Amino acid sequence: MTTDMTTTEKNAAETPETTRGGRIYRPLTDIVERDGSVSLMLEMPGVTPDDVDITLDNRVLTIRGRAGQSRPEKLHLAYAEYGEGDYERSFTLSEDFDPEKVEAGMKNGLLTVTLPRAEAAKPKKIAVKSA
Amino acid sequence: MLYPTTFTSDPFALMRRMSRDFDRTFGTQATAFPQVNVWQNEEAVAITAELPGVEPSDIEIMVKDNVLTLSGERSQPDLGDDAVWHRRERGFGRFRRAIRLPFDARDDQVEARFADGVLRIAVARPEEDKPRRIEIKAA
Repeated sequence: MTTDMTTTEKNAAETPETTRGGRIYRPLTDIVERDGSVSLMLEMPGVTPDDVDITLDNRVLTIRGRAGQSRPEKLHLAYAEYGEGDYERSFTLSEDFDPEKVEAGMKNGLLTVTLPRAEAAKPKKIAVKSA
Repeated sequence: MLYPTTFTSDPFALMRRMSRDFDRTFGTQATAFPQVNVWQNEEAVAITAELPGVEPSDIEIMVKDNVLTLSGERSQPDLGDDAVWHRRERGFGRFRRAIRLPFDARDDQVEARFADGVLRIAVARPEEDKPRRIEIKAA
């Protein structure tokens, strides 16, 4: 086992630092659309469901997560591949989402946000009557 | 970087150092999953790993002598055929990592916990492996 520190693969967000002293990372995200709703899946390991903050303001969806410290007691860090810190990422949405119907769930450090497309925005099929 | 021309106690030290410099330059470790942090002191070693979206039942931890193996699978969510991907950044599939411990561990001294996508493994150092202080007797 080497005692060298290596850099992490996680991407630090543009926002530099927090008042808590930790770094802010940009969570890796999958975005998939099906059955008239868009699902975002964000990787935020170390964040409990209570520490997630989701805001939708003026078409901008911002997701923040506060990660707990995993530092074990009485041990010192001998080898590091990843850094710990908070998470933050913003997405700009198109106008046809209903902010009242946004749902979010968290499991095993993976946050899933579901945004249903607004009823009014769904294409309406117009039946043609024979004259 | 200068390398010593004469071997000291460890004939493989030079090889290891060169390999480490190579890794640092070309970043071969960057693709490893999961990323791990290793913590240690005289009594124990702790390994933390970030495994977001992985079910605890899909993670397997094995200990053989001084090597701890972490393996498992990140399964892709079942979304059906009509799903349209807008962005795809996460990875899926089988993973496997071997971590060398500074001592031989027994499996009954390994404890693992998984919470919020972070895996914490604690390995206690066996009593017989701990350094013992030798008393000096008066002649």
